[in-house]
Amino acid sequence: MLEKALVGSKRYYTLLAILAAIFGVGFLFYLRQLTFGLGITGLGRDVSWGFYIAQFTYLVGVAASAVMVVLPYYLHNYKAFGRVTILGEFLAVAAVSMCMLFIVIDLGRPDRLLNVLLYPTPNSVLFWDMVVLNGYLLLNIFIGWNVLEAERNEVAPPGWIKPLIYISIPWAVSIHTVTAFLYAGLPGRGFWLTAVMAPRFLSSAFAAGPALLILLCLIVRKYTKFDPGKEQIQTLAKIVTYATIINIFLFFCEVFTVFYSQIPEHMQHFTYLFFGLHGHGKLVPFMWFSLLGMIFAALMLVNPNNRRDEKKLAVLCGLVIITTWIDKGLGLITGGFVPNPLDKITEYWPTVPETFITLGVWAAGFLILTILYKVAVSIKEEIGA
Amino acid sequence: MDDKYKNEFGVFAERPKVEKKIYDGKYIFLGLIIFFAVVTSPLWQNLGKAIPAPVPKLDTPAIQKLAEKDRKCVQPLAFMRANHMQLLDTWRTEVVRGGNRDFVGPGGVKYTASLQNTCLDCHSNKAQFCDQCHNYVAVTPTCWGCHLDMTQKLAEAK
Amino acid sequence: MSINRREFIRIAGLSTLVGLGGKTAWELLLPGQVEAQLLPKANALAAKRWAMVVDMKKLDEATAKKCIDICHKVHNVPNLAVPNDPKVKMDPADVNRWQIKWIWSDHYHNAFPGQEHEYVQDRVQAMPFLLLCNQCNNPPCVRVCPTQATFRREDGIVMMDMHRCIGCRYCMAGCPYGSRSFNWRDPRPFIKQENPTYPTREKGVVEKCDFCAERLAKGQMPACVEVAGGALVFGDLGDAKSKVRETLKANFTIRRKPELGSNPQVYYIV
Repeated sequence: MLEKALVGSKRYYTLLAILAAIFGVGFLFYLRQLTFGLGITGLGRDVSWGFYIAQFTYLVGVAASAVMVVLPYYLHNYKAFGRVTILGEFLAVAAVSMCMLFIVIDLGRPDRLLNVLLYPTPNSVLFWDMVVLNGYLLLNIFIGWNVLEAERNEVAPPGWIKPLIYISIPWAVSIHTVTAFLYAGLPGRGFWLTAVMAPRFLSSAFAAGPALLILLCLIVRKYTKFDPGKEQIQTLAKIVTYATIINIFLFFCEVFTVFYSQIPEHMQHFTYLFFGLHGHGKLVPFMWFSLLGMIFAALMLVNPNNRRDEKKLAVLCGLVIITTWIDKGLGLITGGFVPNPLDKITEYWPTVPETFITLGVWAAGFLILTILYKVAVSIKEEIGA
Repeated sequence: MDDKYKNEFGVFAERPKVEKKIYDGKYIFLGLIIFFAVVTSPLWQNLGKAIPAPVPKLDTPAIQKLAEKDRKCVQPLAFMRANHMQLLDTWRTEVVRGGNRDFVGPGGVKYTASLQNTCLDCHSNKAQFCDQCHNYVAVTPTCWGCHLDMTQKLAEAK
Repeated sequence: MSINRREFIRIAGLSTLVGLGGKTAWELLLPGQVEAQLLPKANALAAKRWAMVVDMKKLDEATAKKCIDICHKVHNVPNLAVPNDPKVKMDPADVNRWQIKWIWSDHYHNAFPGQEHEYVQDRVQAMPFLLLCNQCNNPPCVRVCPTQATFRREDGIVMMDMHRCIGCRYCMAGCPYGSRSFNWRDPRPFIKQENPTYPTREKGVVEKCDFCAERLAKGQMPACVEVAGGALVFGDLGDAKSKVRETLKANFTIRRKPELGSNPQVYYIV
């Protein structure tokens, strides 16, 4: 099947070349990071995790959201999604690959990465995150590839794939839950110490992931002979709508607990993010844009007329993607570290090399995505789906 | 019926004739040649050159000061030659994680288990004694990123 | 039976061959006839539970500075503000971000956030609270470390194994006291005079105070305790007659963020 990735239009090759070039630039900056150290980033002793870990967290959500097409198809026999499950699974593969790259580039000693396997430590959530992410990657590669191959040969997928598919459903939930537990169990970080973190992660994931999938479906329809389908996109749009609403609801649950209780250790992080603290407020405009944008998108999406208009839907999905990305990619990690445990403020902003390395990883992910989608779409075209 | 050819696509009158031919053979073989040339290039570069085996020296002031019979390492020479890396690895684990900092060698002689403070005290010629061999066999031990070789500096200070 | 040297080498060689490493070779030998063994030093200081009391009534600015300086000197802690190469110009923001500190002093408000109020005594406001790793009984950093590079010893010391740290910095997120530092770049160009008996660190690993484990092992008290002139009391909580226990009995002491359940073992007399 991989041969389908080797032949394509000029546009396909151009896209691959552009992505490879961005990846190359990022890689050069990463070589610089390897020689100098993580000091080339904007991180420091107070904000010790930043852009890399934030992207990782966001992308775990995108990966987990594949379950939103797999579950209705396999558990509820919602036939329409049969056309798009492969797109969801391959999106998950690309997203998990990016997650792993982000973890690796964030390590101070990537050469010792295998210590995590040599000295397995079940009391560390990071150990479990490694387990669930690798498992999820393998599951999606196996399932996606085999189901697609069966579809190509016009036979039923092999029997042994069914149990794997059923396992992959709770497994998808687990990857984002465990990722939330990375943060939600730390005693000294009031911003993260909340039981709704895992549910909030899942809701924002099920908003952002399917939103991205809708955009990808629209792109696939526009540039290939394969149409993922109107009904499919409309169902995904409903999922995006309600997940966004739940995400906003959970955010306000959080805000109520934090501000009604008036416990400073919990309040000050929100204050920093939304109003600024002691004159420091780099993220204030971003956080308001994220919150108001998300509310606006949710209100618009609730109206079926807006969803049915695919142009409007695309714009709203874009808005959901951007606002949830700001929420997790900028606010979540930095917000947890500011102010620091000694009640001091050091602000964080990614540096130029850090941004290019991040872009490089995204390019690598989209390179994987492009190749996998090329295979999937070519086969769908071939069988005239 | 028996001479009919069967495969996963169905039953055929006879086995299909497929021309035996390597497509794009030129490129494949050219690529293979380049690949092997690159992979074996270190061999060609060193062809005909004799690189003498290193001879680690024991002529450091600390060792010279010792009486002939006391000039012994923490373990027999043959063991150290083959296993010094395992010994050091055990030392670092036992010292850092086990808190066991005394090494009792043959005959009950005690040494502080420390690369920086025990090994280098005698072998103060790190470049000659350690690096030469490591370079010869092309290994890069990561010890020296943290552990200091102060012998040079200390000698200069004196 | 006794094992001669040749036999020992053979066993060691064999175990190397199957990837068991040197230590196993020693364990294969009969007990009592081992040719090699690793033991704690005879004069090592041992305790059931090490702990420290910081007596702020006795600790002035100068003593605090002495403690910090000696600690950072013996442990080869870099001072990023003063590069060895005078041509290197360091941005103060970078110095602040990349700073490595095992022990440092801070204001009451920063040492005990949430405890301060408008009318705190001037005396307390002016105190240079010495802060270091609390060597918690229930350390969050140990809980989160994915490789056991940081671990709790039997005697309560929370140790760092620099050989194993992968630099994920989860422990820094886990520590509620800001006691951990990461090497954002190679520290060596910022160590003025290296202590030849102690290693430095490489870029990419986390470090912190370990109650001078290397000094306790040789029968010495922690470096800061030695120069503190009685302002720092160090000893065994398991021993009812120890100086720490007596000091804790005779004085009212507080700890940093005890409500988090980490059970810190550095106590403060204010």
